[in-house]
Amino acid sequence: MSPRRIAVIECPEEIPCNPCETVCPQGAIQVGNPITSRPRLDTRHCIGCGACVAACPGLAIFLVSSDNNGPDEVTFPYEFLPRPEPGESVTAVNRDGESLGPAWVKACWQPQGADGTYLVTITLPVGLATKARGIRRPSHDR
Amino acid sequence: MSALTIARSGAQVVLIDENDQPGGQLCKQIHKFFGSKDHRAGVRGYRIATELLEDCAAAGVEILTDTVVFSIQDCTLGLAHRDDCFYLKAQAIILATGASENPLAFPGSTLPGVMGAGAAQTFVNLHRVLPGRRVLMVGGGNVGLIVSYQLLQAGAQVVGVVEALPRLSGYQVHAAKIKRAGVPIWTGHTVLEANGDQEVQEVTVAAVDDHFQPLPGSERTLAVDTICLAVGLTPLAELAWQAGCRFFYQSALGGQVPLHSVNMESTVPHIYVAGDMAGVEEASTALEEGTIAGLAAATAMGCSVPQAELEAAQERLASLRRGPFGDLRQRAKSELIKRWTDCHPGE
Ligand SMILES: Cc1cc2nc3c(=O)[nH]c(=O)nc-3n(C[C@H](O)[C@H](O)[C@H](O)COP(=O)(O)OP(=O)(O)OC[C@H]3O[C@@H](n4cnc5c(N)ncnc54)[C@H](O)[C@@H]3O)c2cc1C
Ligand code: SF4
Ligand code: SF4
Repeated sequence: MSPRRIAVIECPEEIPCNPCETVCPQGAIQVGNPITSRPRLDTRHCIGCGACVAACPGLAIFLVSSDNNGPDEVTFPYEFLPRPEPGESVTAVNRDGESLGPAWVKACWQPQGADGTYLVTITLPVGLATKARGIRRPSHDR
Repeated sequence: MSALTIARSGAQVVLIDENDQPGGQLCKQIHKFFGSKDHRAGVRGYRIATELLEDCAAAGVEILTDTVVFSIQDCTLGLAHRDDCFYLKAQAIILATGASENPLAFPGSTLPGVMGAGAAQTFVNLHRVLPGRRVLMVGGGNVGLIVSYQLLQAGAQVVGVVEALPRLSGYQVHAAKIKRAGVPIWTGHTVLEANGDQEVQEVTVAAVDDHFQPLPGSERTLAVDTICLAVGLTPLAELAWQAGCRFFYQSALGGQVPLHSVNMESTVPHIYVAGDMAGVEEASTALEEGTIAGLAAATAMGCSVPQAELEAAQERLASLRRGPFGDLRQRAKSELIKRWTDCHPGE
């Protein structure tokens, strides 16, 4: 059985914003009134579709899946060119851009209405799903 | 937004902008916007500008581009378009001239390569030219953070962001984007000097104490070819000064701002103000203020405007000024409105 993929929202401040709430087809995210409230996710309803990941202007939502039997998977929004290719080997980085070691691009995809933003799904060693939030690409270093 | 609102109320509207495309800041914002659905959140800024313009054209707004307003007197505007100069008389005028970037003086700040962050943004997003390859960003507000990200997208290297305050004033989600990309953010730091032969070649930054004085020994010198300044915006309100509007200093709104009513009327009859020139905020608040000014001006000109629409816009505006980021601006705005009311006893 493949591990369940769910959204993780890292939006720590009370800012006037709610596209995550309006875009979720499952109604799993609630911002409510006032619009400056922080988003809350009801994980029971999340199907990991990624719509909120692409819609969030703060690029603050990720999809994470982990179980003990296989590698972890993290999905994050990506707005740089060139687009990562499936199979590309990359370096996973944490929230401070520090290396966490090797990872592999599993997919580069767009949910509906993504408007230019790509979602990159990487696989990486077990236990890193809570830390990995982006990639560096040795093959494209400037 | 003002122009659109008034045109939809049935009045004749002329929209004047000095650029070849109206839309102001929105035209160069390639990122998705914050806000709610009503404020087109999640839509990229330049698309909001295009949509608004199309709506304006459809509503019959006459659009004068490449045209500078150089004077205003008793509801008559002086306009300059290329070599031509002419005057336009109006029943009501809405000033929405935006804001200008603040400079910062330091040794070397006049070297080529030192520029406003907004200028760098215009380079990469409008003209598709990279202003430099190694950039230092000065200022950790949303403009500094967003433009840093956009410079990375354009292929530049951002060697760091310095912010003199002990913490960033921009949103953490914007800071997180560039941190993940490996850009160091130095809070409690300032720029000391820039050096270079003909243009910027290096910059020295240092940590500062509680009084913003550089701490000896903390200096570090970085090789850069560009220094971007994102140290705040000041309302561009010359026309309102010329018209004789009363002002009040509000640092939370960027400096001297014209007094205005809840309906965005200035202290001069028939002149309304909206957006960053009436207090530097955000596009979402600028859109709502524009709507309110438009509805109020249309009412004053005798068009029938549902009062509920005006109230709804005022409510949406208030909701945008809540929370830790909006609170200061809300208080500053209330003060402006109170002072406007003091000048208009009985209203
Ligand atoms: C980098 C950056 C990122 C931003 N991100 C966001 C965001 O995510 N969400 C958000 O809500 N807001 C954001 N903003 C803020 C937002 O862009 C501004 O608050 C908003 O555009 C203000 O609109 P305005 O119409 O008042 O002014 P402007 O957009 O500045 O428009 C003013 C226009 O008037 C013209 N003008 C001025 N004087 C004259 C004259 N005398 N004659 C003729 N024309 C004149 C100017 O050329 C300009 O076109 C951002 C701003 C920046 C700089
Ligand atoms: S991943 Fe899909 S279902 Fe889950 S919260 Fe986001 S939009 Fe909703
Ligand atoms: S869309 Fe993103 S930035 Fe906006 S409230 Fe939701 S999580 Fe926060």
